Amino acid sequence: MNIIVIAKMVPDLVEELVVDPGGKGLDLDWIRWKPNEFDDHAIEQAILIKERQGAQVTVVIPNMDGAEDALYAAAAKGADRLVKLRGEFTGSANNHALARALGKYLPELQPDLLLTGVQAHNDLDGSLGPLLAEFMGLPYVGYVAGFNLQGGKAIVRKEHPGGVVAEMEISLPAVLGIQAAEQAPRYVAFSRIRQAMKTTAIEEHEIPHLDISGAAEVSLMKQVESGERAEMFAGDADHVADRIVAVLRELGIL
Amino acid sequence: MNRDIFVIIEHLGGEVADISYVMLAAAREIATALQGEVVGILLGEGIENLGQNLAADMVWLFDDPRLADYSPTTYLHILGELIQQHVPRTVIFGDTSTGAEVAAGLSARLDLPMVSACHRVTVGDQSLGYESRICGGRIQVQGELPSPTALIAMVPGGYNPDSGRSAAPPPSEMLAVPRLEEQPIHLLSYIQPETGDVDISRAEVLVAVGRGIQNQDNLEIVEELAEALGGDVCASRPVVDQGWLPVSRLVGKSGRRVRPKIYLALGISGAPEHVEAIGDSQVIVAVNTDPEAPIFNLAQFGTTSDLFDLVPVLTDHIRQARSERVA
Ligand SMILES: Cc1cc2nc3c(=O)[nH]c(=O)nc-3n(C[C@H](O)[C@H](O)[C@H](O)COP(=O)(O)OP(=O)(O)OC[C@H]3O[C@@H](n4cnc5c(N)ncnc54)[C@H](O)[C@@H]3O)c2cc1C
Ligand SMILES: Nc1ncnc2c1ncn2[C@@H]1O[C@H](COP(=O)(O)O)[C@@H](O)[C@H]1O
Repeated sequence: MNIIVIAKMVPDLVEELVVDPGGKGLDLDWIRWKPNEFDDHAIEQAILIKERQGAQVTVVIPNMDGAEDALYAAAAKGADRLVKLRGEFTGSANNHALARALGKYLPELQPDLLLTGVQAHNDLDGSLGPLLAEFMGLPYVGYVAGFNLQGGKAIVRKEHPGGVVAEMEISLPAVLGIQAAEQAPRYVAFSRIRQAMKTTAIEEHEIPHLDISGAAEVSLMKQVESGERAEMFAGDADHVADRIVAVLRELGIL
Repeated sequence: MNRDIFVIIEHLGGEVADISYVMLAAAREIATALQGEVVGILLGEGIENLGQNLAADMVWLFDDPRLADYSPTTYLHILGELIQQHVPRTVIFGDTSTGAEVAAGLSARLDLPMVSACHRVTVGDQSLGYESRICGGRIQVQGELPSPTALIAMVPGGYNPDSGRSAAPPPSEMLAVPRLEEQPIHLLSYIQPETGDVDISRAEVLVAVGRGIQNQDNLEIVEELAEALGGDVCASRPVVDQGWLPVSRLVGKSGRRVRPKIYLALGISGAPEHVEAIGDSQVIVAVNTDPEAPIFNLAQFGTTSDLFDLVPVLTDHIRQARSERVA
């Protein structure tokens, strides 16, 4: 079983997000990139499948700040092959562009199963998985939290609103959008990542041109302004606790 | 130019999902401005009744045993043909477990532009626009929805679902399901959510805990607080994904909607997928060290106190207040 996981870096929301002076994108100088957390779940799910029934796991990631670290971390968890896509991915590149480029390249790797995070918090033109599936002519199921292989087919658990889960059977090859791996992504110690740096080489694949068509254009980007922000309780814990107790009294809870 | 707005009605377990009414409310705004019609589109089996209270000018039904359960490939096939045939001005999907993947699939298949996380649509002189929220609800993006057909995946929050409901049933028409090849995806079964020990959707007092709690051991202080308050503990997705609390305690898009008297959010950033399910709370109090956290846009009261400093003190104060009342 040949599994390919496609991962992406996304802005770390712990840092302040600043809109660039052009007003149509984020100021890249301010962004700290981190792996999309749902892609981490996709990597974990791939490793779980490998451990359970054997598989070769390849992780593919566009070259952005932190991408190599993310690849080595994946290798430390058990990924066999690491591929960095070279191209102009920061800035205006979108999921349509990435999916189109991957749709041309990934068939070379002859995947049986393609996994990606169900979405990334900065997706504006749909998530990567369903776009990629369509460009490759493969079926896609997203919101997946649970995977099994049976008779050469994938049995997945798709999450619907309200906690209802649909168990579905899918012919392979297929693309799956992972919401949650069956277990939380494992932690790997830095020493093991350093080990992986020595033992696993990163292959590179050049994406010469990114075709971004298929997304609605952005004319303005700004911080979300809310009409009313919360009334803030300042001061030490005692004082804040008093204020909250007052709210609870007001509500008749205390 | 075609002015009609297609709304792909979402339903599960024989009930129209709330997001469908939100989408209809948005569609009505566009249709009024463009003098077009709102067409609700329903796929399923035995679904005729589901169209009754939709605020649409027309409902088209694909009613067929092969559509009894949602399948992405079937939806792509049927809706792809329908859109190509009618060229509506926009097609509105829910940005949900079903709509999101169908919208994106159709965007690639039909080469039509799409926008996700759409919160509101805007109508100008001959132009249509979108407003989306990304980056965990921190960033607003605006732009045009190009002609002839743009696809929208819509999130809740921008429109009152009541505006998408109608007392009078709209006219409806049964459409023939196009030829379907053997499908690569089949539904096996539905698994209903476990109710767990408590039903958080009915709780009056909820102490909600997010990733800010850092680890499972730290949950103890939150449980003590909930106990002092006579409430229940619930959580955001990362806490449940880590296995620290059961999925029956999950609040949000993939969990439960809640409507307590008080929702005390501890170390929760306020991502759209979480806050869409807490808007009916009477009062939200947020504790988050990041003053920019989007949860403060929704909460009535907030503090940037560190939850680890505040929670034990708050628990004490509540116990004290209770004992004073008894005394
Ligand atoms: C399809 C889909 C469905 C989803 N469904 C759901 C859902 O149903 N429910 C849900 O919750 N999420 C859901 N999510 C995930 C959602 O996008 C967010 O990732 C999640 O809600 C974030 O949880 P959080 O706020 O606990 O974590 P974070 O966003 O990481 O926020 C943690 C917060 O804690 C604060 N903090 C840290 N330390 C402290 C401290 N000591 N004291 C006080 N504050 C502190 C930080 O400032 C931060 O704001 C879904 C995502 C997708 C893609
Ligand atoms: N474009 C910018 N304008 C103003 N301040 C910035 C900008 N980019 C980064 N900073 C600040 O400078 C610090 C160092 O940034 P850097 O040099 O990118 O590591 C950051 O933590 C920011 O607070």
